[in-house]
Amino acid sequence: MIKFYSGNIACAEGAIAAGCRFFAGYPITPSTEIAEHMALRLPQVGGIFIQMEDELASMAAILGASWGGMKAMTATSGPGLSLMQENIGLGAMTETPCVVVDVQRAGPSTGMPTLIGQADVMQARWGSHGDYEIIALSPSSPQECFDLTIKSFNLAEEYRVPVILLMDESVSHMSEKVIIPPKEKIKIVERKKPKVKPSEYLPFKADDYVPPMACAGEGYAVHVTGLTHDEKGYPQATSPEVQEKLVRRLCDKIRKNERKLRDIEEFEMEDAKLAIVSFGTTARSCKAAVKRARKRGYKVGLIRLRTIWPFADEYFEKIANEIKQFVVVEVNYGQIKLEVERCVGKKVHLLPKMGGEIHKPEEIYKKIKEVYNGN
Amino acid sequence: MEIEAETHPLDKYLRTDRIPHIWCPGCGLGTVLNCFLHALEESDIDLKNLAIVSGIGCTGRVAGYLNVDSYHTTHGRAIPFATGLKLANPKLKVVVFSGDGDLFAIGGNHFIHAARRNIDMTVICVNNYNYGMTGGQLGPTTPLEAKTTTSPYGNVEHPFNLCHVAAASGAVYVARWTALHVRRLKESMKEALNKKGFTFIEVIASCPTTYGRRNKMPTGLDTMRYYKEKSVIKHGIDPSEADIEIGGDIIVGKFVDIEKPTFDEILKKLEEKIK
Ligand SMILES: Cc1ncc(C[n+]2csc(CCOP(=O)(O)OP(=O)(O)O)c2C)c(N)n1
Ligand code: SF4
Ligand SMILES: [Mg+2]
Repeated sequence: MIKFYSGNIACAEGAIAAGCRFFAGYPITPSTEIAEHMALRLPQVGGIFIQMEDELASMAAILGASWGGMKAMTATSGPGLSLMQENIGLGAMTETPCVVVDVQRAGPSTGMPTLIGQADVMQARWGSHGDYEIIALSPSSPQECFDLTIKSFNLAEEYRVPVILLMDESVSHMSEKVIIPPKEKIKIVERKKPKVKPSEYLPFKADDYVPPMACAGEGYAVHVTGLTHDEKGYPQATSPEVQEKLVRRLCDKIRKNERKLRDIEEFEMEDAKLAIVSFGTTARSCKAAVKRARKRGYKVGLIRLRTIWPFADEYFEKIANEIKQFVVVEVNYGQIKLEVERCVGKKVHLLPKMGGEIHKPEEIYKKIKEVYNGN
Repeated sequence: MEIEAETHPLDKYLRTDRIPHIWCPGCGLGTVLNCFLHALEESDIDLKNLAIVSGIGCTGRVAGYLNVDSYHTTHGRAIPFATGLKLANPKLKVVVFSGDGDLFAIGGNHFIHAARRNIDMTVICVNNYNYGMTGGQLGPTTPLEAKTTTSPYGNVEHPFNLCHVAAASGAVYVARWTALHVRRLKESMKEALNKKGFTFIEVIASCPTTYGRRNKMPTGLDTMRYYKEKSVIKHGIDPSEADIEIGGDIIVGKFVDIEKPTFDEILKKLEEKIK
């Protein structure tokens, strides 16, 4: 089926295709169409839409719905993501599968509500307190809004972690062709369920980092707490040993699977000496700039991050020697640049924008020339 | 005479491996929990489909002692979490157990909106007039002039009348008891558990450790005596007339018991209609 969808609608349709049957949200530009479309679509498929009183409630409600056995999502923008952070931490600590869509606008604060920003990258990773890991994906087209929303749900279920879909205002409002595959062609992942009797079930014991999940009403009488807890789920808030084991596992289940979670599009990278690193809508301008530069003989390629978190440390470490220069292009003042620099161990160039517009291909081309020619 | 028994008849409701609990001697919370266990025992609630949700605080620890699906969430957010839980699995009987600060200060907005939507859940608020867990600061129910660690010269804020808030926000069942009224409280809990819609019970309970000792009630027993002396049962009274003041009567009883379609009932009808 071929549709002509905006990124926001594609995201909502992707959620429904992924099996999402619960949406709780609070209106905020530029994400509102996702909530509106979910309000329209969910009752048609037996799902539940609820507009909550704020984003704190929205985030809490999707955690509750997930423990009630549904796939659940919320959608917001920067100010709302800020309000959700405490419960994103609860989601990480209690290993609750759910999807949080952040359609980024320019910040800080109320910033530019109707215009693009990409400055929530670090907030997505570090926004809640304490040590934890999260997964964040970033789409560059309405098609990817559809595909990566499905992927977000699948990863949330597989890893039992909140997954943040980092969209941006431009991709959310651009309309393009979106191919919707037939149902049977869409890969859907469901959370692992316990196979043992309730008396033998340890709800937070994991053999391979991710424990099987018993939801409310399934007869397992699970205790779920944001306090440091043992494998039984019982609070052990004064035991550094339990804390050590739990937090290590929560982080390692993502860190140790970085390679599996890695999702990078390489464009013209085979013989590249200079690599542009970008993501989201911005990567589209980068691609145009790389094409232009290639035509003029520059050995330039594009590394487009579809998975932002966990960061592809190993990938960048590996290519650090082959690639002479890195230029990060992003609509923020150097958030991904910091990450690339950390991994490649040398100075990385930055072409930032503070928000409100995306880079024009000419600007990126000019930067490529400058850096390439060493001036 | 010594009474010996391997188990207590109510043990089946508790995670006995988590007892002893953390609550102080003389704290009203044990009494309230005990009433709840008796209410469960006397109503035919299917434990498999009972879920308890708490926020953070001394009262918030209730979830962790009950041997059912139990969720100890974040400070103030028990109600929206419970909303998601209930809507995702309508078979569940969802009970929120939390403190006055949790439900009415940091979580106050969620309370009024869940009541307005008539989400099918029972909310039990243990009102000990202060923030017990953090050492006795003032809260939204601390009576005017009461001493707490953050109102050392006496509270200058007007308190909430929780039952008035609940009724005004749309709760279909509203009752208030103290921890002294164990039998009536238990009966109220049974009624609330068996009623569809947003049901609310306020239980005024002692916190000798952080509130009582600063307000001339240094032991749990002193508080109980106070409740005995001051409580007046007035069923059906307009809850706006049941404000709580230092030294004044504590008006208790069942104030509201009405019928109103719940959020999920209305949603179900809508889904049928658009099919
Ligand atoms: C976001 C946040 N702010 C503050 C706290 C600290 N805190 C824990 S419990 C509590 C107050 C609890 O008071 P109440 O709800 O009345 O419960 P009680 O302990 O009196 O039963 C506070 C402020 C917290 N845990 N989280
Ligand atoms: S501090 Fe107060 S509310 Fe908390 S356990 Fe002690 S007596 Fe009870
Ligand atoms: Mg209190």
